[in-house]
Amino acid sequence: MQKTLRRYAAVFVLPTAVAFTVAFLIPFLMGIYLSFTEFTTVTNAKWVGFSNYVRVFRDSSDFTNAFWFTAKFTVVSVVLVNLFAFSLAMLLTRGIRGTNVFRTVFFMPNLIGGIVLGYIWQLIINGVLSWFMVDITFSASYGFWGLVILMNWQLTGYMMIIYIAAIQNIPSDLLEAAAIDGASPRQVLRNVILPMVMPAVTICTFLTLTNSFKLFDQNFALTGGAPGRETAMLALDIYNTFYGRVGYEGMGQSKAVLFFIMVAAIAYLQLRATRDREVENV
Amino acid sequence: MTGKEKKAARRVLFVWLVFLAAVFVAPILVVLLNSFKGQFYITDEPFRLPTAETFVGLTNYAAGIAKTGFWQAFGYSLFITVCSVGVIVLFTAMTAWYITRVKSRPARIFYYLLVFSMIVPFQMVMFTMSKLANMLGLDNPAGIVFIYLGFGAGLSVFLFSGFVRAIPEEIEEAAMIDGCNPIQMFFLVVFPMLRPTAVTIAILNTMWIWNDYLLPYLVIGNKYKTIPIAVQYLQGGYGSRDMGALMALLVLSIVPIIVFYLTCQKHIIKGVAAGAVKG
Repeated sequence: MQKTLRRYAAVFVLPTAVAFTVAFLIPFLMGIYLSFTEFTTVTNAKWVGFSNYVRVFRDSSDFTNAFWFTAKFTVVSVVLVNLFAFSLAMLLTRGIRGTNVFRTVFFMPNLIGGIVLGYIWQLIINGVLSWFMVDITFSASYGFWGLVILMNWQLTGYMMIIYIAAIQNIPSDLLEAAAIDGASPRQVLRNVILPMVMPAVTICTFLTLTNSFKLFDQNFALTGGAPGRETAMLALDIYNTFYGRVGYEGMGQSKAVLFFIMVAAIAYLQLRATRDREVENV
Repeated sequence: MTGKEKKAARRVLFVWLVFLAAVFVAPILVVLLNSFKGQFYITDEPFRLPTAETFVGLTNYAAGIAKTGFWQAFGYSLFITVCSVGVIVLFTAMTAWYITRVKSRPARIFYYLLVFSMIVPFQMVMFTMSKLANMLGLDNPAGIVFIYLGFGAGLSVFLFSGFVRAIPEEIEEAAMIDGCNPIQMFFLVVFPMLRPTAVTIAILNTMWIWNDYLLPYLVIGNKYKTIPIAVQYLQGGYGSRDMGALMALLVLSIVPIIVFYLTCQKHIIKGVAAGAVKG
């Protein structure tokens, strides 16, 4: 059968392979090459070695600032989103009336696109801040917490779904045994539920981590980086470097390569963390 | 705890959940309310209900639709999403089956490249990809479908492959003895078994492509507007922005999503949980 199937490679693989090559593979390889060159369009590149990478850090502090802003935002988001999501999941696995309706409502924001989310929250946050005669561009910390609130609104329901599935998968005899042994609700949570949902905690942590780290649309719509560039995250800073002014394309591309290396490092950690747990996971 | 206390505790929890649900829905309701207010009454007092003085009926909707060509944007969004999702589901299922069954070195290399593409952030390729798309004449709604196939291939082939591996090869061998050629085999035997996965993959890709902003903006944005591009366009730096039109457009772009969600809620929640592997 393998032999016959092989003759049909053109039918089964070619469309995907060509699209993948054009949309991803060539742009990716070209991107790495161009990060070592100076160019304005992709056809007039001039080799400059590592100078773009040096300029990323020497010419301005935009990229470093964006990195620290992104890192802070990511840590705060990961902690808060998972805390809220897990609490909601605990509430919604007690057989309270209307559980399905609540689940539907909490999950809904996750389906709305980032640009639309950004403008919804811009209205709300500016509305609240207008009582104090300021708006979200007044201070970077307003933008920061605005993004955190937005992220919680969007991702809590999603993570909640994963936690609910994990909590419902705990064998009921474990919980019954704990009850017979006289464990308090807090002891049950700490010694039975939490250890049993650890795989879900790993999944949700990395999911919120990558989603927050790579955030673009929400950042672009909510603050656009204002005031100044203080609330621009890494993805937005790369976008601004490419399209904000002419002559910085090489620098933008080397920022993109650095960004890729960071995201790949997170993915590698995720792979290791989930592989270590694979045994318990099954 | 006595039965009565338990009941009371449950009631407290229920009220608390109702409150939280209200907090979750509130932002959308605020936008909805403001979409009926005159544009100069929105920024100052967004939390006030429309009054006889501030109520403008559907004026904002008319303005928003006219300024952005909303119906056209809706058409492009629909065309691009439906075509891309169809193309992705069909071709990546075929590819996944082929590279799982044919255990050749090129097939394995291709599979690893696809998996690798899942971890590469869009910013890494956005400039080169949009320039290349432009040079190859892919900067139109049909061309972008092709680009989405290339971009969506990683996750979709990865998810399909997992399920192809779970299909016993004996079924396919039996079909081959009965005289199926690979194309018949795929459409009559393999694909029907992959249907649940196909639904999951269709939903994940629909949510991604429908809401995607940057990719369509960079590739076709100067000639064709999808809904997210239309929303952003209204915001753009041309003169003072019309808050009323923006509110109306936000409502108009949320409505299709809510309709879609309420009609296939079960599949969506299942699909999103299954897609949790993506970084």
